Amino acid sequence: MAGETYHDQIARNKRNSILLIGVFMVLFAGLGLLIGMVWGGGSSRFGIIVAVAAGALAFVLTLLSYYAGPAALLAMSQAHELKREQDPQLFNVVEELCLAGGLPMPRIYIIDDTAMNAFATGRDPRHAAVAITTGLRTRLNRDELQGVMAHELSHVRHYDILYATLMAVMVGVLVMLCDVFLRSMWYGGSRRRSSRGRDQGGGALQIVLLVIALVLAIVAPILAKIIHMALSRQREYLADAGSVELTRNPSGLASALAKLSGDTEVLEVANRATAPLYIIHPIKKFEARATSIFSTHPPIEDRIKRLMALMQ
Amino acid sequence: MAWVIVLGVLVLLLLLAIYTYNTLVTKRVRCRGAWSQIDVQLKRRYDLIPNLVETVKGYASHEKETLERVIQARNQAIAAQGVAKQAEAENMLSGALRQLFALSEAYPNLKANENFAQLQEELTSTENRISFARQHYNDVTAGYNTACQTFPNNLLAGMFGFKLEEFFELEEPEMREAPKVKF
Repeated sequence: MAGETYHDQIARNKRNSILLIGVFMVLFAGLGLLIGMVWGGGSSRFGIIVAVAAGALAFVLTLLSYYAGPAALLAMSQAHELKREQDPQLFNVVEELCLAGGLPMPRIYIIDDTAMNAFATGRDPRHAAVAITTGLRTRLNRDELQGVMAHELSHVRHYDILYATLMAVMVGVLVMLCDVFLRSMWYGGSRRRSSRGRDQGGGALQIVLLVIALVLAIVAPILAKIIHMALSRQREYLADAGSVELTRNPSGLASALAKLSGDTEVLEVANRATAPLYIIHPIKKFEARATSIFSTHPPIEDRIKRLMALMQ
Repeated sequence: MAWVIVLGVLVLLLLLAIYTYNTLVTKRVRCRGAWSQIDVQLKRRYDLIPNLVETVKGYASHEKETLERVIQARNQAIAAQGVAKQAEAENMLSGALRQLFALSEAYPNLKANENFAQLQEELTSTENRISFARQHYNDVTAGYNTACQTFPNNLLAGMFGFKLEEFFELEEPEMREAPKVKF
């Protein structure tokens, strides 16, 4: 049953989002503990204080990314909201698809960029937004536009938007914090060396902790990214399938993807954190080695092939 | 001791029954909502047609026959009673509209008219809305009917008179079923 797959996907996304928040908080607290112990010269008390503070910070960040994440991502992408009069056809297409899926109408945003791309964000279907670049909007016909919008609405319907938005904000913050820590190690090295004479045993412990902290600081963001990518590739296939479930017309999306694959322009407003949200990878050179484990998006030819298979 | 266990089982059964009953009601409400949405979209089409006919008249007045057929089909669709009769009338209306738009290809002035382009977009959208609303009705109906027929829901459905809803018959039978997607 086609219906069952998307209900499963919703449950999976909600579960993963909660899991993500948990992992994020534990990771934060763990990193805080290590960083605190290194900074405090091996004092576990200082480490625990920093760990608790880091855990609390992670919780606040989670709340922030849940409520304000979508708005932040849209602002970061320099998207502005469209009114019906500005593009009646686009609104018609989205309203039609909302009827097909029994979804509430999302807000529609446009990104002034000649590169071709689109993405969806929000925390649930009632608080959702879809964004499309002017480059993509002007180059698609009605059927193709329908396919692309149905793909984005499937992300909304599957609650991919919740997970992806939390992910984008959290990975961004994690990478940033590790960066801050690594820099502080660089500049703070001399201060720690002077404290070694006072306590020899503490010095040895400190070096061990330092190594662990360094490894963690390097590995954590990489790990986060791999999880992130492995998950979002599957999501793209499912959203393509969901698009066909709404439109019952695989050729629209297939021909839109063919047009998208021909586009070599880089979308300037996209960055590493927001890239997984887009329908195709906005930094095009990644598309070339899309088969590697680091890719957030499956190769377009593969997606088109799967769509063609639905047409028989 | 034994009566505590019996009571516990009874309470559990009651909770299960309440949950099942509420699920069935929710699904039935969803079906009826989806059905009324079809009517909303059909009404939208009836309202657009007089406007369209007026616009086309100004450019292609000697295509009287086609225009009259559209108006006639519209009036028949509004007057039609019963699901089967209405479906037939709606299909006729769709056909007449397709003919009208095919005809517009021969009138460059008409095609260039902004008002006509707008109406054409609105009607294309309305046609899509009608078929999507029907598709959605069939999707939620399939969900409701399945819920009614599977065990143990079927016991409760029988007891409280949950009847199966009818599917909307589509012109193309292959559109009735959602495509089986396995990725």
